[in-house]
Amino acid sequence: MEKKKKVVVPIGPYHPLLEEPEYFALYCDGEMVVDVEWEAGYNHRGIEKLCESKSWDQVTFLVERICGICSTSHPIAYVNAVEDLAKVEIPERARYIRSIIGELERIHSHLLWVGLAGHFLGYNTVFMWAWKYREPVLDIFELVTGNRQSYAMMKIGGVRRDVRDEDIPVIRKVLDELKPKLEMLTQAVLDDPVLAARLKGVGVLTAQDVKDYGAVGPTARASGVKIDVRKDSPCAAYDLVAWQVITCQEGDVFAKAVVRLLECFESIKIIEQCLDNLGKNKGPIEVEVREIPPGEGIGHYEAPRGEVFHYVRSDGTNRPVRHKIRAPSFVNIPTFRASCLGQTISDVAIILAGVDPCYCCTERMLTVYQADNRRKIMDGREVIRLCQEKTEKLREKMRKR
Amino acid sequence: MIFLLWLLVSLVVFFGLGIITGWLERKLTARLQWRVGPPWWQNLADFVKLLGKEVVVPETATSFFSLAPVIGLAAVTTAGAMILLAAFQPGSSVDLIVLIYILVLPSLSLILAGASSGNPLASVGVARELKLMLGYELPFILALLVPVVKAGTTNLGVLFRLQLAQGMTVGSISGLLAFGVALLTIQGKIGGVPFDVSEAETEIASGLLIEYSGLLLGIFKLTRWMLTAVAVFFLVFYFWAGLSRVPSAIGKYLLIVILLVLIKNTNPRLRIDQAMKFFWGWLTGISVTAILFAYLGW
Repeated sequence: MEKKKKVVVPIGPYHPLLEEPEYFALYCDGEMVVDVEWEAGYNHRGIEKLCESKSWDQVTFLVERICGICSTSHPIAYVNAVEDLAKVEIPERARYIRSIIGELERIHSHLLWVGLAGHFLGYNTVFMWAWKYREPVLDIFELVTGNRQSYAMMKIGGVRRDVRDEDIPVIRKVLDELKPKLEMLTQAVLDDPVLAARLKGVGVLTAQDVKDYGAVGPTARASGVKIDVRKDSPCAAYDLVAWQVITCQEGDVFAKAVVRLLECFESIKIIEQCLDNLGKNKGPIEVEVREIPPGEGIGHYEAPRGEVFHYVRSDGTNRPVRHKIRAPSFVNIPTFRASCLGQTISDVAIILAGVDPCYCCTERMLTVYQADNRRKIMDGREVIRLCQEKTEKLREKMRKR
Repeated sequence: MIFLLWLLVSLVVFFGLGIITGWLERKLTARLQWRVGPPWWQNLADFVKLLGKEVVVPETATSFFSLAPVIGLAAVTTAGAMILLAAFQPGSSVDLIVLIYILVLPSLSLILAGASSGNPLASVGVARELKLMLGYELPFILALLVPVVKAGTTNLGVLFRLQLAQGMTVGSISGLLAFGVALLTIQGKIGGVPFDVSEAETEIASGLLIEYSGLLLGIFKLTRWMLTAVAVFFLVFYFWAGLSRVPSAIGKYLLIVILLVLIKNTNPRLRIDQAMKFFWGWLTGISVTAILFAYLGW
């Protein structure tokens, strides 16, 4: 009853802070937030139910479309689950390729977050610069997989495409060029006194809070909780290469930014080692999986936002009878209650963004109409053909550099 | 009657200057961020487009809702006319203190607008703008006192012309300090980053102006561009001997706009309490020091 007297400042369901419908009700006393309530589910798509009507192979493409940013983390977790169920051991080359794609995704996702965080603070220069630096990573994706997003690389039993030998030096070159830019961005964030004033000590999440809420990913690691699926339960090539889990102790938004920026360097380290091994290791990229036996399987993977978890159950037919997905934002978002109360509205905006809640952005165009006579001039197939031509042009351009 | 004529001149001059300055701000920002930026007539096109859009007045709004933008525009035009009159009509009796009062009105009109729209986000914006105003007015007035201390008069025309004889105000230590303070407080007055707390798009979704649309929003946008132009114009004449030569005055005008854009693009938004501390702590301290220096004749 008490909180009904307070002013409710709504953030959402449609708000400049959110790219996807979600609703946060901030109960405010002046500028101070005394209570937060959140509602999700404005955009429910019933993916788990849809999975039950697709064949094992088709589900890989469906889970890829859960989120446009984590579009390879879900497939990796899903194929891990099915391989766990079918007791399949994948070839070493496929493991390296999975890690390369997963880490490239982490770099682009973290850069995307840095940009958005800048935008939420009104620092649009950081927004534009971070997104400009992210662009070469997406170019690598297009070079290697043919797509900027939704790469369709994962397959039960391995990967769908090989990384061509002639692409390896190009990837190295782009990563080499990215490193000084990342260093510059990291230094700019670390040294900016105004950024420090806005972010340090804001939205502190203690290690105990992280355990209480079960938070995962950079949100947990920024509070000094050293959990990372890639280390704790290695899949792909994460136990074959040397790398470190980045942690910070402070638990504030600044620490979250530092963890994400430093993780980009670790990701580059992992990718470079994987590329070295790809040159030496010329084996097959998949094993054939003909039958999925009855049973249960779990798979998880460290998405850029934290652990993504998939569970599948099979009755021996060609489709899962149950598929359960838990995305990291589902456990990270409720930590707002621990980190937002007692803060001001300005700080809450960046705290809400600090856990990098996952937004889907995968709606696509299918038909193009001429504006004046409404005649169809391009359909889905035509658009795909155009995209493929563009990819070929980009590949030629990148290899010539 | 003569002043009415000056008002008309001011409206025309600062309308054009405001549109161009607003564009310059956007173009420079875009180039700093590796974007292309809009063509030079973009702000005019935006304004004309807004004029043709439907005006939605919320049910909760009071009658001040439609009046507030007009008050803001009138105040900026008056301030512009006063500065033009002081600069280009020798012997005019325009007073600095009146100008300071008139320059408060655009912010007050924003507060009136937000308060009359009856939106919770706007009410947060109102509270922030009120605090911000209390914050920047003190160092702003103190900074403007420095040339007054030096010249011993508050007559704007005299203050403008005295620099031709005695050298520009920014040439001295006290003048330079006061100029820096005035530049930052003007950033607060026009609501630019890091002091755009009352609009704060990603926090309170444009805050004060959230309920505005069409013609009324257009007038607010125009007022903001014109206020930027008037404020920069005033800085050039008040601190930097703008009367000396036309080409150098244009150069100074551009330089100040560039400085404002640089401040805007190299800082995140401050929290309101941090902004207050900055205005009442650092800037007030610096401007008091500048006044002391001015007494000492530095």
